[in-house]
Amino acid sequence: MQSVIHFGRLDYLIVCIYFVFVLGIGWMLRRSMKGSGDFLMSGHRIPGWVAGLAFLSANLGAQEVMGMGAQGAKYGIMTSHFYWVGAIPAMVFLGVFMMPFYYGSKARSVPEYLKLRFDEKTRGFNAFSFAVMTIFSSGISMYAMAKLMGLLLGWSFEGSIAISALIVLVYIFLGGLTSAIYNEVLQFFMIVFGFAPLVFLGLRDVGGWSGLKAKLADVATSQGYAPGAWSEAWRHIGSPSQNPMGVEWFGLVMGLGFVLSFGYWCTDFLVVQRALAAPTMTAARRTPLIAAVPKMFFPFLVILPGMIAIVLTYQASKGATGGFALPAKNGSYDYDLVVPYMLGHYFPTGMLGLGMTALMASFMSGMAGNVTAFNTVWTYDIYQTYFARDKPDAHYLLVARMATVFGIALSIATAYMAAAYNNIMDVLQLVFAFVNAPLFATFLLGMFWKRATGHGAFWGLVLGTAAAAAHHGLTIPFGETSLVKGGWLGAVLHTYPSSMAQNFWTALFAWTVCFGSTIAISLATASKKTDAQLRGLVWSLTPHEDRDEGSLPFWKRIAPFGALVIVLTLLLNLVFW
Amino acid sequence: MNLDIRYPIGYLFLVIGTILVVYGVVSDPAIYAVHSLGVNINLWWGAFQIVFGGVMVGLARRGARKKDGEG
Repeated sequence: MQSVIHFGRLDYLIVCIYFVFVLGIGWMLRRSMKGSGDFLMSGHRIPGWVAGLAFLSANLGAQEVMGMGAQGAKYGIMTSHFYWVGAIPAMVFLGVFMMPFYYGSKARSVPEYLKLRFDEKTRGFNAFSFAVMTIFSSGISMYAMAKLMGLLLGWSFEGSIAISALIVLVYIFLGGLTSAIYNEVLQFFMIVFGFAPLVFLGLRDVGGWSGLKAKLADVATSQGYAPGAWSEAWRHIGSPSQNPMGVEWFGLVMGLGFVLSFGYWCTDFLVVQRALAAPTMTAARRTPLIAAVPKMFFPFLVILPGMIAIVLTYQASKGATGGFALPAKNGSYDYDLVVPYMLGHYFPTGMLGLGMTALMASFMSGMAGNVTAFNTVWTYDIYQTYFARDKPDAHYLLVARMATVFGIALSIATAYMAAAYNNIMDVLQLVFAFVNAPLFATFLLGMFWKRATGHGAFWGLVLGTAAAAAHHGLTIPFGETSLVKGGWLGAVLHTYPSSMAQNFWTALFAWTVCFGSTIAISLATASKKTDAQLRGLVWSLTPHEDRDEGSLPFWKRIAPFGALVIVLTLLLNLVFW
Repeated sequence: MNLDIRYPIGYLFLVIGTILVVYGVVSDPAIYAVHSLGVNINLWWGAFQIVFGGVMVGLARRGARKKDGEG
């Protein structure tokens, strides 16, 4: 295969050094893995800042990084809503209000919390769908990496899959969750060090923020939008036609900012697992807050390169030479390649190695994060619950290790399936979106309304998922004809201005149906849990002492920290209003 | 946990930083004119990584000494 980026011997050396460190961490940790608790929960010994950075990094897969770059080019600074609206408030809510119940319940996983709070079938529903989803995500990560490395560096598909699978397998098999968390922290620094110079050089090239803003105005007006559509986050969302994203403020704030964001950050075991690895309740609650601080500045690292790229591409289309232009694809641009192409443009051999290694690192930690979450849910929520209940702990450690092996084997199978049938992947992704959309309603009611029952939770989830599917099947984004995009139930009741708007509203429908039906069914069914059983699981039945922060000074407490994070986020929104 | 993560982070960036600085010194300046607006990004950013790596290792050593003092 022909490679697009010139990758020198020095660049390969940097990649190899990184791999050596990754495997070395697993090797150093191998002796600490004495029981299933060490392997699957890091024995609750992960320092707060490490858990915090891992919490952030676990979500920072390469698709995320490249996707944000792509959206930065397509939509400009509005992409930062995925951080300032779609992440930070939910992270603060998790730390301040929800973590006391996850951590305090002693649940080893999010599905296990559902078992303690509701019943077995609710746990089963969540555990099985989550297990399938993690395997799928890990396989997709692997597939995307192999495809990208083939395109950029000319690596063979099989070779990329084999190398990435082997490395992830070895370091998780040896060091379990701790190894994954440590490598996520390493990856965090790789991303920061690999991307910061890209932003620096790019901004210098276009004349700083003011130069970028002025040039983005040309891009915006050339596409028929107001001059500030790419550089102002809030001024153009009165109606979907005013902004390139095609969304309006209500769908954005409620759909993304409330339903999708809280559904992901507050209930997805992949991220919550990082916080549960912390040694104390306060440290666990602080984990998402620590993560929120770098998270709010990440748009500058991952979205700005996309915004710079679109300016350079626009200039090239107007005849400027020697600059940068995105590759074309189907009459438009191949936005997904913004980030790697920018790396190739601005970085000489040396830095190029570091930048590409950062990208590979995030692909692999995207896989590793999913595999470790899968291991825990498989071992505790599925194997221990349905197959072998009372075995010695050594047995479960072995099961967890084996889960790593077949989890990765299944990921490889998924990667090959993705390569052969792209449509199946799109459909699966859609199904997972339906399952995830209503989840937050279940947790919200479970934690803050003691009357919510197991039947209510289970059927609420089922109905919410069905509502998401029905809404998607009856609506379609403007200009789309493919059934994967919507309208597959035959009739189209509403046409959305963009698929993003459709996503936000699908989530809103699912959440509302789940919320309403959980309440209705709970009131119609008897609660099987006593107040004593629900202590530590529900707000009103958990004495305040259970989350007492003791003699901690004011500035080390959770609530002031959370408030500070929110204030800083508000300020960022105002600056880029 | 037996391993302080600050050691691997620190050593990784010390090694990569050193490689970039050395290459920054010996490489042909023309590559920087082509790619990085004439800035020798390998040299400067590599140097910064050495500083960062050094601080990380320093912090880890201090942490280990503190622990010994307590124990």
